[in-house]
Amino acid sequence: MNTTSRQRRLTAAAVTVAALAITATACSSGSGGGDAKSAGSGTYTVWDPYPQFDKTSDWAKLVDQCGTKAGVKVKRTAFDTSDLGNKTLLAAQQGNSPDVLIVDNPVVSTLAEAGVLTTTADNKLDTSKADPNLLAAGQTGGKTYGTPIGANTLALYYNKDVLKAAGVDIASVKGWTSLTAALAKVKKAGKKGITFSAIGTEEGSFQFLPWLWGSGAKLTELDSQQAVSALTLWKDWLKEGYAPNSVLNNTQTTSWQEFASGDYAFSENGTWQLANAKKAGFGYGVLPIPAAAGGSAAAPTGGEFVTIPVQKDTGRYATSQKLVTCLTSGDNLYNTDTTLSYVAPTSEVQDKQVAANPELKPWVDAVKAAKGRTSDDLGTKYPKISEQMWKAVQSALSGSKSPKDALSEAQSAAK
Amino acid sequence: MNHTTKLPDHRSERVRSGAAIAASAPGRTIKRRRPASTQWAAWGFLAPVTVYLVLFYAYPLYRNLDLSLRDYTVRSFVQGDAPFTGLANYRRIFDDPTFAPALLHTAVFTVVCLVFQYAIGLALAVFFHQNFRLSATLRALFLVPWLLPLIVSASTWSWMLNSESGVVDAVLHAVGIAPVNWLTSPSWSLTSVIIANVWIGVPFNLVVLYSGLQSIPASLYEAAAIDGANTWQRFWRVTFPLLRPVSAITLLLGLIYTLKVFDIIWIMTKGGPADSSTTFATWSYQLGFGNLLPAFGPGAAVGNLLVIAALVFGLVHVRVQRKQALS
Repeated sequence: MNTTSRQRRLTAAAVTVAALAITATACSSGSGGGDAKSAGSGTYTVWDPYPQFDKTSDWAKLVDQCGTKAGVKVKRTAFDTSDLGNKTLLAAQQGNSPDVLIVDNPVVSTLAEAGVLTTTADNKLDTSKADPNLLAAGQTGGKTYGTPIGANTLALYYNKDVLKAAGVDIASVKGWTSLTAALAKVKKAGKKGITFSAIGTEEGSFQFLPWLWGSGAKLTELDSQQAVSALTLWKDWLKEGYAPNSVLNNTQTTSWQEFASGDYAFSENGTWQLANAKKAGFGYGVLPIPAAAGGSAAAPTGGEFVTIPVQKDTGRYATSQKLVTCLTSGDNLYNTDTTLSYVAPTSEVQDKQVAANPELKPWVDAVKAAKGRTSDDLGTKYPKISEQMWKAVQSALSGSKSPKDALSEAQSAAK
Repeated sequence: MNHTTKLPDHRSERVRSGAAIAASAPGRTIKRRRPASTQWAAWGFLAPVTVYLVLFYAYPLYRNLDLSLRDYTVRSFVQGDAPFTGLANYRRIFDDPTFAPALLHTAVFTVVCLVFQYAIGLALAVFFHQNFRLSATLRALFLVPWLLPLIVSASTWSWMLNSESGVVDAVLHAVGIAPVNWLTSPSWSLTSVIIANVWIGVPFNLVVLYSGLQSIPASLYEAAAIDGANTWQRFWRVTFPLLRPVSAITLLLGLIYTLKVFDIIWIMTKGGPADSSTTFATWSYQLGFGNLLPAFGPGAAVGNLLVIAALVFGLVHVRVQRKQALS
């Protein structure tokens, strides 16, 4: 009796100690990661989605310099890009938003809808120099919620060696029919045709959009004849073996790895792979994604916006505005976009980029023709449409539904 | 009985005499204060655990329930003024075309995984129980799937089952079987994640059942052998019945673990293609975080259904354990 109660007391004590230890660590980590602004009003917080850049990187140094120029201390925190939207919503709920937020462009309209971001009318940010087609992604309800820091988009990389072996002249690829014909030739020559990413996430929608827009379809009418033709194009490529079945699970990175193996003629991928393309060890070229009837299709814009979240103390906006202007103008913008391998959002800096690196020319053209996913005042309707769209693509390509059925179902679900 | 009644008297006497020496305060006041202070101490010892439980269990559960009963949009999430909508979120998910497939997949995934994990785990446990040379080493090797981080094992599986460059299809091709689109065909994706999950779950079953086997006295087997029972009979008449309590616990714990499996499915198929491997766990995540525009309410509602299911089986587990403790 005595011994058991003593044992019980001992275990109770042990449990208490363990619990105390856990709560103590939990509390300390909580306060460490939580309130970023408690350091005083002289410190301005910047959140960005570039965890690949540490304190010694050019980007981090630039952020610091801009802070010094504005006369304040800047605390920069980098998040994973897929995390940043939710992190910002949570921070705003707790009244703890950063002073400057750099965020993926399709998230801007969601954050604006949540009332997290200030408009350029409030924060006096000058957006007149940014290309209107890029700026549109951050505009909803007639208001602008930030300025693009850089842009990227999709195009077709091609393997010159594979095309040569298959006897395909790249100049002959002008529309969908000629592209499919080229793929057929490549397959006949024993090589593989094209790889892309049709995964069941936003990435899949991003990759499907150039074909959707290239067919003349609109995001608001997923069940249109043109949209069905775009999905049928992909479906037939899979059926004929021009594209591998693995596209259904490919991210843009794994799709690139397939292309980098040297077996594929084409790969739909982004500006950010340019550095890897040089390392691939075969001759490559870049072609804008063709539209159905010829010409270039509009591709969706990628890249981030610099925004100024709502603060209780509205006096902070003036300094935040100085910070953002410093980050997004002139030489700084050129340097930033070079480090991020983005195409600049202003034609002045774009010219400078092309002058320094002529390889960027097709990409600058592609960006100029590109279109924001949340443009056309779609705003927060886009995420819903996008989810139904990638589901439809997955259903059709995996063979569980016909393209027509999949898309009409998507259209009724997205409404 | 006598002893216990005497004890308090004895103790209070000691307390009284001790107090008389230490201070001149009358025994009566001490007698009244004394229980109060032990109670405080008890509360003091209880507090950390209580605070911990409230902070990390009760509050999140309450928040999840609250989320599932309100109509959250991004705006009302930030401003905290989401209107109370009762069971609307639950009605929405019950009416969702994903509900029936997700329920079916969750059930199939859980049952099939459990059956195979248990059967393979038991077979291996019996095998290793024979204590041949290197059996300890081999048994340790079988624990590897358990030790690997899930992201590593799931990524490896998804790489092996890749329909373009996967090693599994290459082997199938080599022996003349038509390759299968493991992860990208709606009729195979659920099978693929089940295979991966069985592989991950076998070591747990092996370890628990093996320790259960060790508690069966060897004399029983000897007696059975003398009675003329062959190996097969010895297994079904001795091992299996005596292993029943351990089996029950293994299966119940396995059930709760399997019900909430998320990472393997998400990494391998993202619940796709076309929802063909969606379970409640992935569906809940998909609703809450898989989209640029999060649907916290319905996501929390699906999560709560999972919590309830796990709770029911958890209570069964507690009951079974109590029964075993009594017997």
